Amino acid sequence: MDPMNANDPRVHIMRSQLGRARGLGAAKTGVGHWWAQRVTAIFLLPLCLYFVGSVLALEGADRARMAAYLGEPWNAVLFLLLTGALFYHLALGLQVVVEDYVHKESSKLTTLLVLNGLIIFCALACAVSVLKLAL
Amino acid sequence: MTKAGGGTKQPPHKSGQKSGLVKGLNNPMKDVREALMVGRNSEGKLVRRPISPHLQVYRPQISSALSIFHRITGCALGAGTLLLTLWLVAAASGDAAFSAVQALLASWLGLLVLIGFTAALFYHFCNGIRHLFWDFGKGYELPDMHRSGYIVLGATVVLTAGFWVIGFLVW
Repeated sequence: MDPMNANDPRVHIMRSQLGRARGLGAAKTGVGHWWAQRVTAIFLLPLCLYFVGSVLALEGADRARMAAYLGEPWNAVLFLLLTGALFYHLALGLQVVVEDYVHKESSKLTTLLVLNGLIIFCALACAVSVLKLAL
Repeated sequence: MTKAGGGTKQPPHKSGQKSGLVKGLNNPMKDVREALMVGRNSEGKLVRRPISPHLQVYRPQISSALSIFHRITGCALGAGTLLLTLWLVAAASGDAAFSAVQALLASWLGLLVLIGFTAALFYHFCNGIRHLFWDFGKGYELPDMHRSGYIVLGATVVLTAGFWVIGFLVW
Protein backbone atom coordinates (compact mmCIF):
# COMPACT_ATOMS: atom_id res chain seq x y z
CA MET A 1 0.00 0.00 0.00
CA ASP A 2 1.19 3.47 -0.84
CA PRO A 3 2.19 5.13 2.42
CA MET A 4 1.26 8.51 1.01
CA ASN A 5 -2.33 7.40 0.36
CA ALA A 6 -4.64 9.83 2.13
CA ASN A 7 -7.03 7.00 3.07
CA ASP A 8 -4.33 4.91 4.71
CA PRO A 9 -4.89 5.28 8.45
CA ARG A 10 -1.47 3.91 9.34
CA VAL A 11 1.10 6.24 10.74
CA HIS A 12 4.54 5.69 9.32
CA ILE A 13 7.05 5.94 12.07
CA MET A 14 10.67 6.19 11.04
CA ARG A 15 11.93 3.89 13.70
CA SER A 16 13.64 0.52 13.66
CA GLN A 17 11.85 -2.54 15.09
CA LEU A 18 14.49 -2.75 17.83
CA GLY A 19 13.98 0.89 18.73
CA ARG A 20 10.24 0.39 18.87
CA ALA A 21 10.55 -2.68 21.07
CA ARG A 22 12.87 -0.80 23.42
CA GLY A 23 10.47 2.13 23.54
CA LEU A 24 7.50 -0.07 24.38
CA GLY A 25 9.23 -2.69 26.48
CA ALA A 26 8.82 -3.53 30.13
CA ALA A 27 10.18 -0.99 32.57
CA LYS A 28 10.43 -3.77 35.20
CA THR A 29 8.53 -1.66 37.69
CA GLY A 30 5.06 -1.87 36.15
CA VAL A 31 3.79 -4.67 38.38
CA GLY A 32 4.73 -2.97 41.65
CA HIS A 33 1.38 -1.18 41.92
CA TRP A 34 -0.55 -4.37 41.07
CA TRP A 35 1.33 -6.40 43.68
CA ALA A 36 0.95 -3.78 46.40
CA GLN A 37 -2.80 -3.63 45.76
CA ARG A 38 -3.10 -7.43 46.16
CA VAL A 39 -0.81 -7.74 49.17
CA THR A 40 -2.66 -4.97 51.04
CA ALA A 41 -5.97 -6.61 50.03
CA ILE A 42 -4.89 -9.93 51.56
CA PHE A 43 -3.71 -8.14 54.73
CA LEU A 44 -7.03 -6.32 54.92
CA LEU A 45 -9.15 -9.50 54.88
CA PRO A 46 -8.38 -10.53 58.49
CA LEU A 47 -7.84 -6.91 59.59
CA CYS A 48 -11.33 -5.90 58.39
CA LEU A 49 -12.93 -8.79 60.26
CA TYR A 50 -10.97 -7.71 63.35
CA PHE A 51 -12.10 -4.11 62.83
CA VAL A 52 -15.75 -5.13 62.46
CA GLY A 53 -15.44 -7.21 65.64
CA SER A 54 -13.81 -4.28 67.45
CA VAL A 55 -16.57 -1.89 66.40
CA LEU A 56 -19.20 -4.30 67.75
CA ALA A 57 -17.20 -4.73 70.97
CA LEU A 58 -16.86 -0.95 71.38
CA GLU A 59 -20.47 -0.15 70.50
CA GLY A 60 -21.74 2.57 72.79
CA ALA A 61 -18.44 2.62 74.66
CA ASP A 62 -17.27 5.74 76.45
CA ARG A 63 -13.82 7.14 75.93
CA ALA A 64 -12.32 5.33 78.93
CA ARG A 65 -13.37 1.94 77.60
CA MET A 66 -12.01 2.77 74.17
CA ALA A 67 -8.70 3.85 75.71
CA ALA A 68 -8.60 0.63 77.73
CA TYR A 69 -9.28 -1.39 74.57
CA LEU A 70 -6.52 0.30 72.58
CA GLY A 71 -4.29 0.15 75.67
CA GLU A 72 -3.96 -3.56 75.02
CA PRO A 73 -0.78 -3.80 72.93
CA TRP A 74 -2.28 -6.32 70.47
CA ASN A 75 -5.22 -4.08 69.76
CA ALA A 76 -2.99 -1.05 69.24
CA VAL A 77 -0.72 -2.99 66.87
CA LEU A 78 -3.68 -4.37 64.90
CA PHE A 79 -5.23 -0.90 64.61
CA LEU A 80 -1.91 0.52 63.39
CA LEU A 81 -1.60 -2.32 60.86
CA LEU A 82 -5.18 -1.69 59.75
CA THR A 83 -4.43 2.03 59.33
CA GLY A 84 -1.35 1.35 57.21
CA ALA A 85 -2.86 -1.32 54.97
CA LEU A 86 -6.19 0.47 54.62
CA PHE A 87 -4.85 3.88 53.58
CA TYR A 88 -2.18 2.37 51.32
CA HIS A 89 -4.85 0.21 49.60
CA LEU A 90 -7.08 3.29 49.32
CA ALA A 91 -4.33 5.41 47.76
CA LEU A 92 -3.57 2.70 45.17
CA GLY A 93 -7.25 2.16 44.35
CA LEU A 94 -8.15 5.83 44.04
CA GLN A 95 -5.08 6.39 41.85
CA VAL A 96 -6.44 3.88 39.32
CA VAL A 97 -9.88 5.48 39.40
CA VAL A 98 -8.45 8.97 38.84
CA GLU A 99 -6.19 7.76 36.03
CA ASP A 100 -9.18 6.11 34.34
CA TYR A 101 -11.45 9.14 34.36
CA VAL A 102 -9.26 12.26 34.52
CA HIS A 103 -7.46 12.59 31.22
CA LYS A 104 -6.05 16.11 31.28
CA GLU A 105 -2.51 15.80 32.60
CA SER A 106 -2.61 18.86 34.85
CA SER A 107 -6.00 17.96 36.38
CA LYS A 108 -4.88 14.37 36.89
CA LEU A 109 -1.71 15.41 38.67
CA THR A 110 -3.53 17.94 40.84
CA THR A 111 -6.27 15.44 41.79
CA LEU A 112 -3.73 12.76 42.68
CA LEU A 113 -1.61 15.14 44.74
CA VAL A 114 -4.64 16.43 46.68
CA LEU A 115 -6.04 12.93 47.27
CA ASN A 116 -2.70 11.51 48.35
CA GLY A 117 -2.12 14.48 50.66
CA LEU A 118 -5.53 13.93 52.24
CA ILE A 119 -4.90 10.19 52.59
CA ILE A 120 -1.51 10.70 54.26
CA PHE A 121 -3.08 13.29 56.58
CA CYS A 122 -5.90 10.92 57.61
CA ALA A 123 -3.52 7.98 58.00
CA LEU A 124 -1.23 10.00 60.29
CA ALA A 125 -4.22 11.34 62.26
CA CYS A 126 -5.46 7.78 62.83
CA ALA A 127 -2.03 6.44 63.77
CA VAL A 128 -1.27 9.29 66.20
CA SER A 129 -4.72 8.95 67.77
CA VAL A 130 -4.28 5.20 68.27
CA LEU A 131 -0.83 5.75 69.79
CA LYS A 132 -2.12 8.51 72.08
CA LEU A 133 -4.94 6.26 73.33
CA ALA A 134 -2.60 3.29 73.67
CA LEU A 135 0.31 4.94 75.46
CA MET B 1 5.97 -1.29 2.37
CA THR B 2 8.76 0.86 1.06
CA LYS B 3 12.32 0.32 2.08
CA ALA B 4 13.39 2.60 4.86
CA GLY B 5 15.75 5.27 3.65
CA GLY B 6 15.27 4.40 0.01
CA GLY B 7 12.13 6.35 -0.67
CA THR B 8 13.47 8.46 -3.50
CA LYS B 9 10.27 8.06 -5.50
CA GLN B 10 8.17 9.56 -2.76
CA PRO B 11 7.48 13.24 -2.67
CA PRO B 12 8.80 14.98 0.45
CA HIS B 13 6.37 15.95 3.18
CA LYS B 14 4.68 19.25 2.67
CA SER B 15 2.61 21.18 5.14
CA GLY B 16 -1.09 20.52 4.67
CA GLN B 17 -0.43 17.12 3.12
CA LYS B 18 -2.84 14.39 4.19
CA SER B 19 -0.20 11.77 4.88
CA GLY B 20 -0.29 10.36 8.39
CA LEU B 21 -3.89 11.38 8.97
CA VAL B 22 -6.59 9.02 10.13
CA LYS B 23 -10.24 9.21 9.30
CA GLY B 24 -12.08 10.76 12.21
CA LEU B 25 -8.99 12.60 13.34
CA ASN B 26 -7.95 15.87 11.78
CA ASN B 27 -4.56 15.97 13.38
CA PRO B 28 -1.62 13.66 12.85
CA MET B 29 -1.40 10.92 15.44
CA LYS B 30 1.23 11.85 17.96
CA ASP B 31 1.33 8.67 19.97
CA VAL B 32 2.90 5.39 18.97
CA ARG B 33 0.04 3.54 20.66
CA GLU B 34 -2.45 5.14 18.28
CA ALA B 35 -0.55 3.77 15.31
CA LEU B 36 -1.08 0.29 16.71
CA MET B 37 -4.85 0.70 16.94
CA VAL B 38 -5.37 0.02 13.27
CA GLY B 39 -6.93 -3.13 11.84
CA ARG B 40 -8.69 -4.40 8.72
CA ASN B 41 -12.43 -4.85 8.27
CA SER B 42 -13.98 -7.81 6.41
CA GLU B 43 -13.37 -6.07 3.07
CA GLY B 44 -9.69 -5.78 3.83
CA LYS B 45 -9.90 -2.03 4.24
CA LEU B 46 -7.76 -0.46 6.95
CA VAL B 47 -9.85 1.01 9.75
CA ARG B 48 -9.34 2.17 13.30
CA ARG B 49 -10.14 -0.56 15.77
CA PRO B 50 -13.11 0.16 18.02
CA ILE B 51 -12.31 1.01 21.58
CA SER B 52 -14.07 -1.23 24.08
CA PRO B 53 -16.21 -1.43 26.16
CA HIS B 54 -18.80 0.84 24.45
CA LEU B 55 -20.95 1.25 27.54
CA GLN B 56 -23.78 2.87 25.57
CA VAL B 57 -24.45 -0.24 23.45
CA TYR B 58 -23.95 -2.90 26.11
CA ARG B 59 -26.93 -4.35 27.98
CA PRO B 60 -26.16 -4.16 31.70
CA GLN B 61 -25.14 -7.58 32.97
CA ILE B 62 -24.37 -9.02 36.40
CA SER B 63 -20.66 -9.16 35.51
CA SER B 64 -20.33 -5.51 34.52
CA ALA B 65 -22.71 -4.33 37.26
CA LEU B 66 -20.73 -6.08 40.01
CA SER B 67 -17.48 -4.79 38.52
CA ILE B 68 -18.50 -1.14 38.59
CA PHE B 69 -20.09 -1.70 42.01
CA HIS B 70 -16.69 -2.82 43.33
CA ARG B 71 -15.26 0.51 42.23
CA ILE B 72 -18.19 2.53 43.58
CA THR B 73 -18.04 0.81 46.99
CA GLY B 74 -14.25 1.31 47.00
CA CYS B 75 -14.72 5.06 46.55
CA ALA B 76 -17.52 5.11 49.15
CA LEU B 77 -15.28 3.30 51.63
CA GLY B 78 -12.61 5.91 50.87
CA ALA B 79 -15.07 8.56 52.02
CA GLY B 80 -15.89 6.32 54.97
CA THR B 81 -12.28 6.42 56.16
CA LEU B 82 -12.99 10.07 57.03
CA LEU B 83 -15.49 8.76 59.60
CA LEU B 84 -12.91 6.31 60.95
CA THR B 85 -10.42 9.18 61.26
CA LEU B 86 -13.02 11.38 62.96
CA TRP B 87 -13.89 8.57 65.41
CA LEU B 88 -10.26 7.86 66.39
CA VAL B 89 -9.21 11.53 66.56
CA ALA B 90 -12.24 12.34 68.73
CA ALA B 91 -11.40 9.46 71.06
CA ALA B 92 -7.85 10.76 71.37
CA SER B 93 -8.99 14.36 71.84
CA GLY B 94 -11.22 14.14 74.89
CA ASP B 95 -14.50 13.07 76.46
CA ALA B 96 -16.59 15.91 75.03
CA ALA B 97 -15.40 15.37 71.45
CA PHE B 98 -15.85 11.61 71.69
CA SER B 99 -19.37 11.86 73.12
CA ALA B 100 -20.32 14.27 70.36
CA VAL B 101 -19.06 11.91 67.64
CA GLN B 102 -20.70 8.87 69.27
CA ALA B 103 -23.99 10.78 69.46
CA LEU B 104 -23.63 11.83 65.80
CA LEU B 105 -23.02 8.23 64.72
CA ALA B 106 -25.94 6.98 66.83
CA SER B 107 -28.37 9.50 65.30
CA TRP B 108 -30.72 8.35 62.53
CA LEU B 109 -28.59 9.98 59.86
CA GLY B 110 -25.44 8.54 61.38
CA LEU B 111 -26.95 5.05 61.53
CA LEU B 112 -28.09 5.33 57.91
CA VAL B 113 -24.55 6.27 56.85
CA LEU B 114 -23.10 3.46 58.98
CA ILE B 115 -25.49 0.89 57.47
CA GLY B 116 -24.41 1.99 53.99
CA PHE B 117 -20.77 1.91 55.13
CA THR B 118 -21.02 -1.67 56.46
CA ALA B 119 -22.86 -2.84 53.33
CA ALA B 120 -20.15 -1.29 51.12
CA LEU B 121 -17.45 -2.82 53.32
CA PHE B 122 -18.92 -6.33 53.19
CA TYR B 123 -19.53 -6.08 49.43
CA HIS B 124 -15.99 -4.87 48.72
CA PHE B 125 -14.65 -7.54 51.10
CA CYS B 126 -16.53 -10.42 49.40
CA ASN B 127 -15.98 -9.21 45.84
CA GLY B 128 -12.33 -8.59 46.71
CA ILE B 129 -11.99 -12.29 47.59
CA ARG B 130 -13.58 -13.04 44.19
CA HIS B 131 -10.96 -10.82 42.55
CA LEU B 132 -8.16 -12.61 44.41
CA PHE B 133 -9.44 -15.97 43.10
CA TRP B 134 -9.34 -14.53 39.57
CA ASP B 135 -5.76 -13.39 40.23
CA PHE B 136 -4.94 -17.05 40.89
CA GLY B 137 -6.53 -17.92 37.54
CA LYS B 138 -9.61 -19.55 39.07
CA GLY B 139 -13.30 -18.98 38.39
CA TYR B 140 -13.10 -17.44 34.93
CA GLU B 141 -15.73 -19.68 33.29
CA LEU B 142 -18.94 -17.70 32.76
CA PRO B 143 -21.22 -20.00 34.84
CA ASP B 144 -18.65 -19.95 37.69
CA MET B 145 -18.33 -16.19 37.41
CA HIS B 146 -22.08 -15.65 37.53
CA ARG B 147 -22.45 -18.04 40.46
CA SER B 148 -19.66 -16.37 42.46
CA GLY B 149 -21.28 -13.00 41.68
CA TYR B 150 -24.60 -14.07 43.19
CA ILE B 151 -22.77 -15.61 46.16
CA VAL B 152 -21.09 -12.23 46.76
CA LEU B 153 -24.45 -10.44 46.66
CA GLY B 154 -26.01 -12.97 49.03
CA ALA B 155 -23.05 -12.88 51.41
CA THR B 156 -23.17 -9.07 51.48
CA VAL B 157 -26.83 -9.08 52.50
CA VAL B 158 -26.30 -11.82 55.12
CA LEU B 159 -23.18 -10.22 56.63
CA THR B 160 -24.70 -6.72 56.72
CA ALA B 161 -27.92 -8.00 58.26
CA GLY B 162 -25.95 -10.15 60.71
CA PHE B 163 -23.81 -7.19 61.77
CA TRP B 164 -26.79 -4.99 62.49
CA VAL B 165 -28.77 -7.72 64.24
CA ILE B 166 -25.80 -8.17 66.60
CA GLY B 167 -25.34 -4.39 66.74
CA PHE B 168 -28.93 -3.68 67.79
CA LEU B 169 -29.03 -6.60 70.22
CA VAL B 170 -25.88 -5.37 71.98
CA TRP B 171 -27.18 -1.79 72.00
